[in-house]
Amino acid sequence: MIRVRVNGVEYEREVEPRLLLCDFLRENLGLTGTHIGCEHGICGSCTVMVNGYTVRSCLMFAVQANDADVTTVEGLAAGGKLHPLQEAFSEHYGLQCGFCTPGMLFSALELLKETPKPTDHEIREGIAGNICRCTGYYHIVQAVKAAAEQMAQKQT
Amino acid sequence: MKPAAFKYVRVDSVEAALSALEQYGSDAKILAGGQSLVPMMNFRIAQPSVLVDINPVNEIDFIRAENGWLCIGARTRQTTLEKNPDVNQKCPLLAAAVKWIGHPQIRNRGTLGGSLVHGDPTAELALVATLLDARLVIRSTAKSRTVGPADFFDGFMSTRITETEILTEVRYPAAPPGSGYGFHELCIRQGDFAVVAAAVQFTADDVGLCTEARVAVSGAGPKPLRIPAAEKILAGSDASAAVLDAAAACVPAELQPMSDLKGSEAYRREMARIFVRRALADAWSMAREKR
Repeated sequence: MIRVRVNGVEYEREVEPRLLLCDFLRENLGLTGTHIGCEHGICGSCTVMVNGYTVRSCLMFAVQANDADVTTVEGLAAGGKLHPLQEAFSEHYGLQCGFCTPGMLFSALELLKETPKPTDHEIREGIAGNICRCTGYYHIVQAVKAAAEQMAQKQT
Repeated sequence: MKPAAFKYVRVDSVEAALSALEQYGSDAKILAGGQSLVPMMNFRIAQPSVLVDINPVNEIDFIRAENGWLCIGARTRQTTLEKNPDVNQKCPLLAAAVKWIGHPQIRNRGTLGGSLVHGDPTAELALVATLLDARLVIRSTAKSRTVGPADFFDGFMSTRITETEILTEVRYPAAPPGSGYGFHELCIRQGDFAVVAAAVQFTADDVGLCTEARVAVSGAGPKPLRIPAAEKILAGSDASAAVLDAAAACVPAELQPMSDLKGSEAYRREMARIFVRRALADAWSMAREKR
């Protein structure tokens, strides 16, 4: 039996030890916003936050999230309003098929937390662990930059 | 692409981990950051029947400066190494090398000890441990022993640690005053495994001569290699461009690279020479500035 808080909601579930966190989120909790690509820690599409840090949820077992705070893409928007990063991705065409987007958002979020005003190079480094096969990354970089400006304005 | 079933044992102390290893023997594997083990389990290359999860073992998550050494707990996350002020001041080469490991998401989970025990010949942490001649503290229920890299790294993906032992701590000599380092890595895409990597540490004296030089290369043999021939040329020299050229030139012959999809044997030898040369230049200019 594990107890885990996902997007602020407490869940208690009995799980097999071999169940990956990404499968737990999707299959057991029905939170299918977390996407599963390569299942071996290369593509980054299953990236979520665990206790405030980004992790690849395909490289962590659900049992390891016992007592942890997990945030998935479903938890990014607040009160029916998209997160500034989500807004910016939508506005700047930071996605096409959307498969990489949930993971991309969390990598960008962690980057902006540590580097609120990133250069293009820093953004590219920050999202280097997430593979996108549609955009060529250019629009994603633009979106992250726009979001950084938005978020900085909100804070002042 | 899903792991085979296993028994999960969560422990919160080194002692509990050791007694679990005693109990389950060769059936058990330690789960630390899981950034290499879990992919191998997903592919079913690894199918341990028992996983001993040491993530809650906080006693081996520490960074302490002691008498010229930087002592780091084996379960310390790579992100912590990268950002910790003590690591950045006392062993800046370690912090610089860690930035080359995978991506932030990998470093947030990956641990110091996990990487070393895994024994990947291209791993940045293995290269730094080899270069600095780090001390590795290994514990079993019966005793504790301390070994150097030569007695720890055994060959390709293989380390000399028995199934009832745990690597608990790694001790790095603090960078001497007036020392500089260089770290250069060739990888195809950012965050990939290294094709080859070079690490260098130089110490300069008051008149600008090199008192000590350490040179090591990874990705060019079954484990990271020190290059004594290059170190000999550098020690006591004025580290002029010609000396650095000569030191780098003797690197290729000292390596035992393999050919694979990422690079032929000849390519690795040549790239190792070039990357050592760059690391030498960085290290020497840093050592001179600090003097």
